Amino acid sequence: MVTEINRAAHTVLNQNKMGQDAIDKKGWLLAHKWLLLRRLSQLSIIFLFLAGPVFGVWLIKGNMASSLILDSVPLSDPFVVLQSVFAGNYPELTALTGALIVGLFYFIVGGRVYCSWVCPINIVTDTADWLRRFLKINKSLSFSSINFSRESRYALLAVSFLLASVTGMLVWELVNPVTMIQREIVFGMGVSWVFIVTIFILDTFISRRAWCGHLCPMGAFYSVLGKFSLIKVSAKNRTNCNDCMECYALCPEPQVIKPALKGDDSPLIRSENCTNCGRCIDVCAKDVFIINHRFINFKP
Amino acid sequence: MNQATDKTSQSRRRFLDNISRAAGGAVLSGVVPGVMLGLYSQQSKSLPAGAIRPPGVTNETDFLSACVRCGLCVRDCPYDTLKLSQLGDSVALGTPYFNARNIPCEMCEDIPCIKACPTGALDPQLTVIDDARMGLAVLIDQEACIAFQGLRCEVCYNACPVRDKAISIEYSHNKRTTKHALFIPVVHSSDCTGCGKCEHVCILDEAAIKVLPMNLAKGELGKHYRLGWKEKQKAGESLVTPDIEHQYNLPQGTRYDYEGEGLIQPKKTTPFEKDALDRLNEGKL
Repeated sequence: MVTEINRAAHTVLNQNKMGQDAIDKKGWLLAHKWLLLRRLSQLSIIFLFLAGPVFGVWLIKGNMASSLILDSVPLSDPFVVLQSVFAGNYPELTALTGALIVGLFYFIVGGRVYCSWVCPINIVTDTADWLRRFLKINKSLSFSSINFSRESRYALLAVSFLLASVTGMLVWELVNPVTMIQREIVFGMGVSWVFIVTIFILDTFISRRAWCGHLCPMGAFYSVLGKFSLIKVSAKNRTNCNDCMECYALCPEPQVIKPALKGDDSPLIRSENCTNCGRCIDVCAKDVFIINHRFINFKP
Repeated sequence: MNQATDKTSQSRRRFLDNISRAAGGAVLSGVVPGVMLGLYSQQSKSLPAGAIRPPGVTNETDFLSACVRCGLCVRDCPYDTLKLSQLGDSVALGTPYFNARNIPCEMCEDIPCIKACPTGALDPQLTVIDDARMGLAVLIDQEACIAFQGLRCEVCYNACPVRDKAISIEYSHNKRTTKHALFIPVVHSSDCTGCGKCEHVCILDEAAIKVLPMNLAKGELGKHYRLGWKEKQKAGESLVTPDIEHQYNLPQGTRYDYEGEGLIQPKKTTPFEKDALDRLNEGKL
């Protein structure tokens, strides 16, 4: 099914400029509303972390693994803290509270909101995907269609916890590009940009959406965390759909759309892999999609 | 009928295909990176000699199970001593450490780095900085240290925040001049916190005294070893049965004194009260 969607999407992809209909109808700004809001969110989070070391304004201290807002409210990444628990450490109350606050937040707004609204790697992989479309790489490069399984990330998630418990240390954090880039942006850049470039090349030239959509165990963790989240994207006006396929072409997890858009059941996108990025809302000229919450019992 | 069998065999084939694909996928995405990462993690467990952990770390393995690499200790260090490791530092990636030769630990009394740590990787039970054991200073090159040349230096001794306890100066004979003393700095592990101020101030181009991680700096006596004199002190008496006093086969009346005198002859006795010659000289016969 996924390949079917991909094929159809790629046909669209190579035909015309992406989202042109939506731009014509809504104007450029509104046709990029959620994208711009997400970039704003991602950049301002980086800015807030940098404000301390650069301008001496300590609104938030630390990095995304664990931080302290205004020297009082702790925040911790539940994935990192959980690795530490698997490694046999019982964290202090500060880290536990922090992980609980962050975990609860994503449990409500959608786990992978972390991926699309917070994680700095997302900017890299979105850019890679844009470049891939721009250069029409699917057509031009023979090795560009290597496909990882979308379940690989769960295997890597299991590996990261398993290794933590076997070795007694946070092994994934030795190579985790997500925490690495975030930490080094705030604490001074080493050579970890090599990891970022690798991901960019992988996503652009070798396999579409390879990192965020197939491999990243952190994304897998947040998928699981947001399984029952309240805020979801809904194909509320799915009757308006004119099968232009542009949402499939732009969606980082296109397999999540079909059950909601073409199914007879609820129009809610229930898949935990949906990142709530809102790109489908932007790109749809027919206003099929809206951000919704899971309690709306909408009958089309 | 035939068609049905065809269908079953087809679906079986598809099933087997899916299974083998899933297994292949699991091996590629799970097992291979798992094994590689596992091996890499073992390598990154060994802390290089020049990297010292912040106070409150007693065991590198425990530390690596707890530290989330948030850098809050680095932020709260008032002297910029601590930094987070980066790729190529050969310290487990993203974890805090310091290099004593560059910036040593100033041993803040309120230990802000430990207070900042959200996970307990820096042990919050350490409340007195003098109890910290970040490493151990070792006067590692006696050939280069100028105190051993008979020159007065004692800079490490004077810089030590726990002076006279962690580093003391011991005098010994200067064999070269034959008439002067050597002023030798001696580190005592009972009080050295591993702050690294001695290494920082050492006047040589390359420090002769260096702080090393505890496991590199310390030897350890076999667990079965007992030092006789200490055990004797503990027990209040000798733990082995005292020797039975040796019986010599000596002529009657002679004794043997163990502690100095040696063989003791019995005093010569005569039936007479006086010496025979004296008695003759008395002329009473």
